[in-house]
Amino acid sequence: MGKITLHDVRKNFGATEVIPGIDLTIENGEFVVFVGPSGCGKSTLLRLIAGLEDTSGGVISIDGVDATALPPAKRGLAMVFQSYALYPHMTVRKNIMFPLKMAGMEIGEATRRADAAARVLNLTNYMERKPGQLSGGQRQRVAIGRAIVREPAAFLFDEPLSNLDAALRVNMRQEITELHQSLKTTMIYVTHDQVEAMTMADKIVVLNAGRIEQVGSPLELYNQPKNTFVAGFIGSPKMNLITGPEAEKLGAATIGVRPEHLDVVSEGGWSGIVGLSEHLGSDTFLKVTTDIVGTLNVRAGGEVRLRHGDRVNLIPQAGKVHRFGADGKAMA
Amino acid sequence: MARTVTPRRKLYFTLAAWTVALLIFFPVFWTILTSFKTEVSAVASPPQLFTADWTLENYAEVWSRSDYPRFFWNSVVISVGSTLLGLLIAIPAAWSMAFVPGNRTKDLLMWMLSTKMMPAAAVLIPMYLIFQKTGLFDTRIGLVLALMLMNLPVIVWMLYTYFKEIPGEILEAARMDGASLRNEIIYVLTPMAIPGIASTMLLNIILAWNEAFWTITLTTVDAAPLSAFIASFSAPQGLFYAKLSAASTMAIAPILILGWFSQKQLVRGLTFGAVK
Repeated sequence: MGKITLHDVRKNFGATEVIPGIDLTIENGEFVVFVGPSGCGKSTLLRLIAGLEDTSGGVISIDGVDATALPPAKRGLAMVFQSYALYPHMTVRKNIMFPLKMAGMEIGEATRRADAAARVLNLTNYMERKPGQLSGGQRQRVAIGRAIVREPAAFLFDEPLSNLDAALRVNMRQEITELHQSLKTTMIYVTHDQVEAMTMADKIVVLNAGRIEQVGSPLELYNQPKNTFVAGFIGSPKMNLITGPEAEKLGAATIGVRPEHLDVVSEGGWSGIVGLSEHLGSDTFLKVTTDIVGTLNVRAGGEVRLRHGDRVNLIPQAGKVHRFGADGKAMA
Repeated sequence: MARTVTPRRKLYFTLAAWTVALLIFFPVFWTILTSFKTEVSAVASPPQLFTADWTLENYAEVWSRSDYPRFFWNSVVISVGSTLLGLLIAIPAAWSMAFVPGNRTKDLLMWMLSTKMMPAAAVLIPMYLIFQKTGLFDTRIGLVLALMLMNLPVIVWMLYTYFKEIPGEILEAARMDGASLRNEIIYVLTPMAIPGIASTMLLNIILAWNEAFWTITLTTVDAAPLSAFIASFSAPQGLFYAKLSAASTMAIAPILILGWFSQKQLVRGLTFGAVK
């Protein structure tokens, strides 16, 4: 079991209010991603759930039990840190068995569990090595192994992939997703990378300045962003946010059009000059400086042959324009 | 900036290093040589490095004239005792400064260091009077306390530097893994800090062993360590260089041997954290 409920959870560091009050329910078995720009309070929120920081107010309950005042060890959660935080003086086996040793588990059972975790994570051949003798990816696997042997109520991941190179990151991303599918345990994953959030999450929590901007499935966030912040944060390249007369025509303060929802046409629409064109084969990313709505990001098909200096006309696809009011909130 | 070390350059550096090392070692070497000379050749003018009449007489006389084992034992008790007591106080202090620093931790550390800049003679009179009034004068416990207090800033600073090197996330990981504070200290912190604690201990034993100002001032007979033993040979009867050298050699030999065997640990300790 691993249902986690936050009720009006607050955190101040001295006079600075980092988290002004958050309500959130994480269902058992869900893969929840906290995403947001750096300094938005996502790591702090994770550390509050872990018990590594004390709350300044509110209630955190785990499986219906008030855990607000419990020390980390008593919450039944396991955490994987950005720096892996392995014990450098212990072998891989001892690292993985450490939480079991602390729980007073009988050595035979602890060894059996460590071996099972090692098999799942392809660490069997490295059990007698020290962390210093392992690569970044292997260390990350050891950190995950140390977390899974405890069979925790939930896993907490604090930007676990940010120290890995791009190729390894994609691999580990898939491994963690597969791990979630086989264990079916609640996972809370913190990242600033919206691609990780979109690809891994059942539910994404977008945070900004300590507040929740929106909670929803990846596609909900993509298709129905509640405000301009979420609209601009989710999606790559970023959504084009247009203000001024063109927005007013549609009765909004701001309109948003995703780069993939702009069609390149021969005439009509917004006319402009191609500034930058990146041909990736499958896609072409264009930066177009238009005459009336500023610079727009465009994602066109791979076969589009436009170059710097070419004049193009862009038209948003019908029904794909998001409208936002003066307060930045989405309009019906 | 990349620097190439050519063989010629390496030779210069090696020569320079040896020169400096020999310059530093020369007085010690001179003392050891003199301890094997007769009093006459010890004061020969011009001074001679080597002599024809080597003798062990000085050692025999120093040994018979004074109670070397008692001085030696006092030195051991005072230096080891003050270091262990210092560690006992400094470990929790450095721990809290490194892992739960307050707003004034930096100031506190600087203030502690600044006490080391004060000349010892400045507090000679109050220390002397306090020791006399409290019955600590010429006791080993008194010297243990005095030297512990004197070296405490160094111990705290050294340990603080080592503890700062231990990533906080590892301690948090231990907490998440279910370790109590006690288990966190026993299984994670201490094994990681042992090299630092060991080199701090060694350095402070050496500092305390070699300390002369307070050990000579605050003792007469009962608690006098080897530094006082040396001083007792620069007696009112006049200086006897050869015997003084023999006494000095006997006083420094134990710590020199300890330093020799632990030099790897010491160098590692002193340069810890300088390079990643």
